[in-house]
Amino acid sequence: MTVNPVPELHDDSWHLLQLIDQAPGFGVLSQTLSQLVVDGVPVVALTADLKYSNGLVRFAERHPDRFVQCGISEQHMVSAAAGLATTGQIPFAATFAAFLALLCCEQIRTDVCYQNLPVRLIGHHAGISLGFYGTSHHATEDLAIMRSLANLTVLAPADPLALGTLLRASVELPGPAYFRIGRGREPAVYGEKDRGTLRIGEARTLRAGSDVILIATGSMVHPSLRAAEELAARGIEAGVVDMHTIKPLDAEAIRSAATAAPVIVTVEEHNVIGGLGGAVAEVLAESGSAVRLVRHGIDDVYSLIGPPTHLYAHYGLDAEGIARRVRTELVGLRP
Amino acid sequence: MTTAADMTVFELIRDRARFSREETIRLISIAKTGHYASSFSSADILATLYYGVMRLRRGEPDWPNRDRFLFGKGHAATALYPLLADWDFFPKDVLDEFTRLGNPLGDHPDAARVPGIDFSSGSLGHALSGGVGMALGARITGKDFRVFVLLGDGECNEGQVWEAAMAAAHHRLDNLVAIVDRNEYCLDGKIDDVMGIEPLPEKFRAFGWAVVEVDGHDVEALQPVLAASYDRPTCVIAHTVKGKGVSFMEQQIGWHLGYLAPADEERALDEIRFAS
Repeated sequence: MTVNPVPELHDDSWHLLQLIDQAPGFGVLSQTLSQLVVDGVPVVALTADLKYSNGLVRFAERHPDRFVQCGISEQHMVSAAAGLATTGQIPFAATFAAFLALLCCEQIRTDVCYQNLPVRLIGHHAGISLGFYGTSHHATEDLAIMRSLANLTVLAPADPLALGTLLRASVELPGPAYFRIGRGREPAVYGEKDRGTLRIGEARTLRAGSDVILIATGSMVHPSLRAAEELAARGIEAGVVDMHTIKPLDAEAIRSAATAAPVIVTVEEHNVIGGLGGAVAEVLAESGSAVRLVRHGIDDVYSLIGPPTHLYAHYGLDAEGIARRVRTELVGLRP
Repeated sequence: MTTAADMTVFELIRDRARFSREETIRLISIAKTGHYASSFSSADILATLYYGVMRLRRGEPDWPNRDRFLFGKGHAATALYPLLADWDFFPKDVLDEFTRLGNPLGDHPDAARVPGIDFSSGSLGHALSGGVGMALGARITGKDFRVFVLLGDGECNEGQVWEAAMAAAHHRLDNLVAIVDRNEYCLDGKIDDVMGIEPLPEKFRAFGWAVVEVDGHDVEALQPVLAASYDRPTCVIAHTVKGKGVSFMEQQIGWHLGYLAPADEERALDEIRFAS
C-alpha cells in the first residue's frame, strides 16, 4: 500500500488511507469475514471501488484470493455475487447503501432474491450518515425497498458487536440477506456478555417501560436508549426495543410492547414510509391493538445537506430530538 | 491591476483554473473534508470550458440557449462551484457556507438546489445519458446549444456509460462532447489495478465516436479541441494528473479524500500560485 510520503505534514492533516482503521464497525466487518474464512466458511468479499471506505482492504490483505474488486460497477457486482453463490460460495457484496439498494434493486430482486441465493448484501453509510454528500448518497428508502423483496432477510445491527454477531448468524441462512449499517462509528449498545446472543428475527428488549415503548433499529438504538434516560429523569418510563431484524419481523415483540404501554414510537434513520414504522404499523393494525403508534424518522422528504450530527439534530434523530418527540406525543395522554 | 478584459483567453483560463484550485482549498477548509485531488485534476478542463468554450450568459443560469455541462465525476464539485459563482449564477457568499446545514452546496452537484448545475450527479454513470437526453432535446427543439459531459475515468467502469455511448452514436449526436478526465486513479487505487478501462480510445471509436487525446492541463491545447465542431459525438480523452498543482498530492491514492490543516493549506496555496 502506498502511503503518502510527506512526513512533515501537520498532525491535523489527514487523507483517506489514514481513516481505514478509524471505524470500529468496518474493522468488525473485515475481522468477522476473515474469521469465517479461517473457520472454513466459503466467504468471498466483493466491493465496488470502496475498499478504503468500508475497510474491506483489511480482508483483502488477508485473503486476496477471496476478495473480488469490481471497480465502479455496482450492478455487475450484485449479479456476479449471485453467480458466485451458484458455485457454493457465500458472497458478501458491499457498497454504499444508496447504490446497493437503489441502483442495484433489480439485480437484487431477480438475480439474488428470486433465485434465493445465499448472497449477503452489505449496505454501508445508510440513512443520512453521509451528510453533505447529498441526496445521491443518502439511503432513506432502502429498508422499504428491501423489505418488499420476497426471500430476503433484512438486518440493521445497532453497533459493531451486533454487526459481528449477525454477520456470523447469517451464514446459517439458506437464502439472501441485506445488512444496513452506518458509518461504522456507531457507539456501543452491547457489551462483551452479549456477543453471540442476538438471534435473527428476535427483537431484543434493552429497557422496560410503562409509559411508552421506543422500537428502534440500527443507528437509532443508541440515541433511543439515551432518550429513555432523559425521559426517566422527567418521570416518563420509556422502554427500548432493538428491532435489529426488519424482516422476518418479530411480531410477538411488537404485540407485547402494545400491551406494556399505551404508546409505541418507532425510531429509524429512514423515511417513515415503508421501513420500521410501516412494518410495525402493519403488525399493530392486524392485531387489533388500540395502542397509539408514532413513526419517528425522516418525514417523507429528501434530507437537507449538512454535517451528519447537524442533520440528526435537525430531524430530531438524536437523543434530545427523540425525547422531545416522545414528550410532545405524550401531552394529553398522561395525567 | 490586470482585469479580465486585458487578458488573452488563455491567460484568463489559467487565472480561473488557479482560482478554482485556491477556492477548492478554501471550501474544503470549511467542510473539513473533501476531494482535493479529483478537483485539481479537473480544474484546467473546467476553466477551459467556462472561460474559453461554452456559450453562457452572466447571471442567467437558465438561459435556454446556453451550452450545457454535466459533471459525471461530481465529487470534484469544489472545483466547479467557484466558477458558477464567478458567473453570477448564485451569490458568492453562498460559497462561504459550503456544506453547512441547509446550504445548497454539498459534496456533489445538485441541480435541484444549485443554479448553474444543469444535472445532479453523485451516483456515477448517469451523466452521459443525461447529456444524450439534452442533446436530443436540442435537436427536437431546433436549438444549437452544445452539451459537454465531464466523466471520471473510473466512472467509465459503469455500464450505463456504454449504454449512453451507444445511444449517442446511434442518434448521431454531433452536439455532444464527452470529456474523460483521465487521471488514472479511482478511490481504491490505480484504475489499471482496480478495473482496467484500456484501450479507452479504441472503445469509444468502436462505439462510433470521434476521439481526440489531449493534455488535460495544457489549456492552449484543450481549448481548440473543445471549441471545434465535429460531425459525430466526440470523446476528448484529457490526460491529467490526479492532484495536479500540489506536489505532495499528485498521484497519491490517499488524497482522493482528505483535509489539510491551515499550515499545510499555505504550502499547497504557495505551489498553486507559484505555478500560475
